Amino acid sequence: MVYPVMTRDALIMLGCPRFPVQTSLAIYLGHRLAGEGISPVFAGNKSTVALLETADPEGWYLGGGCMDLDEVIGALSEGRLDFDLCVVFVHSDADTAYLATVLALSGGLVVAIVFGRDVEGLEERCREVGCDRIVAARAVHNPLPLKEKIDGVKRWLPV
Amino acid sequence: MAACVEEMDYEILLSRRPIDECSKFIQKRCREVYFVDPGFKILGLHLIGVPPIPIGIEDEHVVIIYVKPCHGAFVLKLPGDGEIERIRSELKKS
Repeated sequence: MVYPVMTRDALIMLGCPRFPVQTSLAIYLGHRLAGEGISPVFAGNKSTVALLETADPEGWYLGGGCMDLDEVIGALSEGRLDFDLCVVFVHSDADTAYLATVLALSGGLVVAIVFGRDVEGLEERCREVGCDRIVAARAVHNPLPLKEKIDGVKRWLPV
Repeated sequence: MAACVEEMDYEILLSRRPIDECSKFIQKRCREVYFVDPGFKILGLHLIGVPPIPIGIEDEHVVIIYVKPCHGAFVLKLPGDGEIERIRSELKKS
């Protein structure tokens, strides 16, 4: 597939990689965003970034590359970096803290991708911290339920 | 480069608890508490959390919430290292 010219960018922020669907869906989301002309930058801890880079060694889907989670938070906090879109993967209470932080720091549109086992509880928590754009499905090992929800998003950013 | 908490002389007061519980813990434990937004920098660390985020002061130490993606939220007590006066001058006590 030939992607269009990248005119906008997105942060894809990942949590702990304990659930197998996360890495696969993050790369898939990067592909979807690139198809919309949005260059994805991935952020995670050391293991998360290693999983991404191992799965896509040539960087076909990693677009703008990978960054350390703490470095991204620092850059957002200090105004050195921002994105048109921030997509935060949420499968734990700690992830909702990162979501709240991105909501506070970014001027871009923020979307939560909620997965794991307690999807209803996490969706409620996302709303409590101020995020009303949520894509959610119960997914731990099988990415397809959440992939279907991601495919249901017609555009990630307004034209 | 972000600071590394592992290189600091920290004491864990609460471990792997929900963010809200950590926030309430600090407010209950510390007599001197200040509130900040996410991203506030203290001791080289940018704070993660749901605003308003409490920072407690105990003698010459600060008490903060520290979040790790794979381990959840902690409450840490860290030497103030000159940050206490900055906090007192920059922030309004609750």
